[in-house]
Amino acid sequence: MKTRREIRARKALRDRIAYHGIGIGTAFFFLAPFMIGFLASFRPSSESGWPPLPPWPLSGISFDAYRILDGFGSGVWQHTMNSLVVSLGTVVLTVAVSVLAGYGFSRYRFPFKNALFVLIIATLMIPFQSILTPLFIILARLGLNNSLFGLMLVYVTLQLPFSVFMMRNAFDAVPKEIEEAARIDGARDLKLLVRVLLPLVMPGVATVSIFAFLNAWNEFLAALVLLSSNENYTLPVLMMAVRAGRLGAINWGAVQAGVAVMVVPCLIVFLLLQRYYMRGLMAGAVK
Amino acid sequence: MTMSGIASPPPRHRRRKQSGWRGLLYIAPAMALVGVFFILPVLFTIWMSLHKWPLLGKPAWIGFGNYVRIVSDARFLTALGFTAHYTIIVTIAIFAVAFPLAIFVEKQRPLVSAYRTIIFLPVVVGLASASLLWVWLANVDSGLFAPRMQRLGLTSSRINLLADFDTAFLTIIVMVVWKIAGFTMIILLTGLQAIPAELTEAARIDGARRWQRFRYLTLPLMRRTMALALILSVTGSILAFDQFYIMTSGGPQNRMISVVYYIFNQSFVSFNLGYGAALSIALLAILVAISIFQLWLLKVGDERP
Repeated sequence: MKTRREIRARKALRDRIAYHGIGIGTAFFFLAPFMIGFLASFRPSSESGWPPLPPWPLSGISFDAYRILDGFGSGVWQHTMNSLVVSLGTVVLTVAVSVLAGYGFSRYRFPFKNALFVLIIATLMIPFQSILTPLFIILARLGLNNSLFGLMLVYVTLQLPFSVFMMRNAFDAVPKEIEEAARIDGARDLKLLVRVLLPLVMPGVATVSIFAFLNAWNEFLAALVLLSSNENYTLPVLMMAVRAGRLGAINWGAVQAGVAVMVVPCLIVFLLLQRYYMRGLMAGAVK
Repeated sequence: MTMSGIASPPPRHRRRKQSGWRGLLYIAPAMALVGVFFILPVLFTIWMSLHKWPLLGKPAWIGFGNYVRIVSDARFLTALGFTAHYTIIVTIAIFAVAFPLAIFVEKQRPLVSAYRTIIFLPVVVGLASASLLWVWLANVDSGLFAPRMQRLGLTSSRINLLADFDTAFLTIIVMVVWKIAGFTMIILLTGLQAIPAELTEAARIDGARRWQRFRYLTLPLMRRTMALALILSVTGSILAFDQFYIMTSGGPQNRMISVVYYIFNQSFVSFNLGYGAALSIALLAILVAISIFQLWLLKVGDERP
């Protein structure tokens, strides 16, 4: 009896070791590129051309790579601010527009309601890559060519199908009794929406925000096409200049530093708000 | 709780919703944005595709001239062929990695949520950032792979991974799998977790082996989820641009020009805006056709018991 239990225990232990061996190996594969790039970005310029074997700085931590990165375009602060302004602006506008629309679709009846909702969702079928040229021309007509605000409006539009869908579902989940009670207390329309309902749909707002932020922060092609002057470039577009290098020589330290500046905010936002991100993903998957 | 729910009539029967035009006011901003930045551009693209449209100067109506040109444009057909090739290979590669991963992280065990999170991390960074990171890792002198392989004695000299089509293609596939597999894994995971545990248990008691359970129980029940993951992978891959633009600039001998890359070159490098628009409509038609086919696939999945 005892031996059989021992055998079973040993087998369980062996299974566990095998499982976590595979797990740790896999985790290493997915994490290593980040770690290597991040560590390598702190190597002094004398080391930045070396292969990352090992990736960490050998002669003390240095910010050379970030200093060199700062020498491209209008300085890394300017471009980080551009990216931040566009991303945060996209978040604010997406939340405002999709909360209003979600509320409208959830609580009101009006002509062509279903057709309009389907129309918004159907834009998902059409890739924005195929309408970049007219977007470029329309923005120019509106006086918004080469403008961060114009880019922001495009990003907000791209977020709308997902965001309106999320917010409508969020409002659908709020019991109507709450609204009726608030209405009896004299709250109306926008005041009712902002004071009473908004706090109840906050999880939905968080989901919509995190997707809007990450997509706007990471977007490359539209920014490449729609921004034409150096000082307006967002980080991914700036990095094209770094990637091209100067006089045929690429400074890989600056590339690593640039990747770190672009990647770290995404990872932090995701790790902090993981729950809401996954909720959005599941909602999309189940739909 | 349940009792009171039954006692009071469901609120939607009360018809307290306001009707009329006020609702339109709430959705007006969203509709305005979708109208100006989506529907108008789509119509505009169709209009432009019927013109010879230079950057400067007057557009000239040429009817279906641009579309006729597409059919005989060898470079576009090459781009189309390359995109199809890439889509098929990368989708197979993503599934081959993501499915075992989904099974691996399915059961709740210690550390599993940490594994899930780490595998998912590359998904939240941009494709542009990922491409930049990997173009460095794949660099012949300053990167990781070539010097590492040389040091391990696998290759006699440092090979330039990005200079040869096959190795460059392989590098991009590995990068994309690293970047996307976590996403597909989570989608597949939702499908796996939706399978009732009693079902698997019953099959086990009936003597079905692990492979049989997977083949005759898990796979059929995962049909819908797999169709969804397939849709997302296929449409995403057809629109690939960043990785080719950043990592190989179109690749050795321009053999890595994807469809979106080709449209980008026509519209914003050569400034053949009309022709670019016609190409966009062609791309759009392909994607809509694929979407319809995929929706049909989902429906077929539904009909199965």
